[in-house]
Amino acid sequence: MIQDLLKPSGKAILLGNEAIIRGALESGLQFVSTYPGTPASEIGNSFYKIAKQANVYFEFSTNEKVAMEATIGASFSGLKCLVAMKNFGLNVASDSLLPFFYTGSKGPTVILVADDPSCHSSAQSEENSRGFSYLGHIPTLEPSDAQECKDFTKLAFGLSNKFKIPVMVRLTTRVAHQKMPVVLGNLPKTKNLLGKFVRNQKRFVTMPPRVLEMHQELLEKMVAMANFSSKSLMNKVIGAMGKEKAGVITSGVAFSHTMEAVEIVGVKPTILKLGMFYPLPEDKIKKFIKPLKKVLIAEELDPYLEKEIERIAKSVNPKLQIFGKNVLPEVGELNPDNVAVGLAKLFGKVYAPKVIKSIKKLKHLPRFCTGWPTCPYWKLYAAVKQAAPEGTVFGGDIGCYMIAALPPHSLYDYLFSMGSGMGIGHGVKKATKQKVIAFVGDGTFLHSGIPALMNSVYNKSGVLLIILDNSITAMTGHQVNPGMGKNSCGEEIAPVKIENIVKALNVKNIAILDQEEEYNQLVATIKEFVNSGETSVIIARHICGLLEKRQNKK
Amino acid sequence: MNKNFNIVITGVGGQGLITLLDVISKAAFNKGLDIKTSELHGLSQRGGSVSVCIRFGKKVYSPMVPKTQANLVLALEFQEALNGLEFASKKTTFVINNYQTPTLGESVSLRQVENNIKLATDKVFVMPFSEICTKELDNQVVVGVAMLGFAIEKGALPLSKEEIIQAMKEIMPEKFWELNLKALSLIKEQKE
Repeated sequence: MIQDLLKPSGKAILLGNEAIIRGALESGLQFVSTYPGTPASEIGNSFYKIAKQANVYFEFSTNEKVAMEATIGASFSGLKCLVAMKNFGLNVASDSLLPFFYTGSKGPTVILVADDPSCHSSAQSEENSRGFSYLGHIPTLEPSDAQECKDFTKLAFGLSNKFKIPVMVRLTTRVAHQKMPVVLGNLPKTKNLLGKFVRNQKRFVTMPPRVLEMHQELLEKMVAMANFSSKSLMNKVIGAMGKEKAGVITSGVAFSHTMEAVEIVGVKPTILKLGMFYPLPEDKIKKFIKPLKKVLIAEELDPYLEKEIERIAKSVNPKLQIFGKNVLPEVGELNPDNVAVGLAKLFGKVYAPKVIKSIKKLKHLPRFCTGWPTCPYWKLYAAVKQAAPEGTVFGGDIGCYMIAALPPHSLYDYLFSMGSGMGIGHGVKKATKQKVIAFVGDGTFLHSGIPALMNSVYNKSGVLLIILDNSITAMTGHQVNPGMGKNSCGEEIAPVKIENIVKALNVKNIAILDQEEEYNQLVATIKEFVNSGETSVIIARHICGLLEKRQNKK
Repeated sequence: MNKNFNIVITGVGGQGLITLLDVISKAAFNKGLDIKTSELHGLSQRGGSVSVCIRFGKKVYSPMVPKTQANLVLALEFQEALNGLEFASKKTTFVINNYQTPTLGESVSLRQVENNIKLATDKVFVMPFSEICTKELDNQVVVGVAMLGFAIEKGALPLSKEEIIQAMKEIMPEKFWELNLKALSLIKEQKE
């Protein structure tokens, strides 16, 4: 738990995300930047509480790309850095992510990314960030449990230091959001947070023709790292080969499920547990698969490992029978049961537990808070439904207000990624004669909504944007944002006024209304603005009910 | 077969499932056991279906309970008991809160839920825990703790009340102790 993060030694129950923090602190972390997103949110939330005491610089940056750039700058200045985000955040950051592997890091740097197979708390896609490992030649470690979250973070800092390259640690929900007893190491006693930027154009300026040399250097680093990986204990063999000559190659939480499945099915495969996903320990894999007759590749989502192992097997063991996505799902997360099904098939057995079927597939849908506290969005969406002309196209965005896509509202006609409600709405408006109302929360507007609004004004599309200003980043757990008058260090700052931004973008129709107090006026204004043909903005301002309740308690 | 003790807690977001998980795991931790838990955060918190797993014993690998291997299912909302069914077998004890929050479409009745679960196990206990907590303690957030106390009374958990109390004191601020201690022993007092 969070109170154990600064415990001097011993053992503590830590969440996977907390174990990442502890590993970073034990490594002498100096600088952290992040943008909240589940399943990585607790990293920022915890640092927000402990950064001062732990003597690290911490910030919630305005979006993931900016968070990445903050860390790049601090790394270039020699500090030990951690930057954390969820999978979609890595997409946002990717423009600055890729060149970072060309320049390499100066201060050792770890990039933490958390994927969410089964989309427990993610809407837009079942993204597998391992694809980025190939795209950017990103050294990637995959812890399987909370203890490894801590250990691998330390290893990642070590690797980054040795090879002068950032290292990615990739989690999935069941690793990030699991708890277990973690053995704590020592925390460094004193730490200076002051770095120095030393000019080195050859290293930090990516311009042709130098950039091509950098590409070559990156590929050479990957060869060296693959050799290192083959020798590293991060990649280890568990259990001797039995008479069936059957093996399993696995990584991340799928390893834990595999160990469970081995007991459930009652078989004894030899297991190669890969801690390093990229670059792969090819020599170790060759040695492992050479004597095998058959192998199961237990990995979540896309068959990246499976394809690599098919390739490697061609040279060392072309007759190897490879089981992978033919026995395991490619959509949705793995669990002990589906791995057990695959493992049983590897051994020519059947695993079918006697489950009593439920009479109903029961699902409570998330909804806006009711009772006390009451969510201000109830009134807002009622007003929208009352005011919007028949046939209006409604654009959703990312935040608590995604819930309006679900019954009883069933409102949105499309819902994509952070800040896209307005961007896509502009396209619809330009392509049709239909009316468009797009929605965005205050946090998301500040994250990535501004360029889309500017575009709508600049290219004259006439979308009505309703900015839901509840004064907080609510969904991911009430993090501070620039609109709140308080920054990540707890300092009072002048709050960014959304209306000032909107005005500066030359939006003509602007209204600020409180849906709880000015409901009728809100209905009238929506009607007026949506029929005006101009790009318009209504800021619907009412504090988040949860936040209000919390403030009243204090 | 593995001898770990497996608990599944089902309910809806906001019912305090994670605090309950923390208390149980801390109590198991204090006994020197290995533990793994799995929980869900984020959007599902807002009144949606949530289930968490707690596993403890000598050595725990997966944070998720395998099918049919739950020893105890606590359902903080009675329809949510159905989401625990895949983890149930003869050996499973169900403690179900006779409390309902609406779902889309047709709701299932408590009797339907009970009958469904009894196909897996006879050990099904249903009580209006929420109602009792509201009446006796004027608080619904501790309903999980009351159910935990009840499970201990029934011998359905290999942890003692004292061990749970110790764990609560270690993880909760002192101002919440009294309420939670009362909740933990609430159902026993009712019987007497």
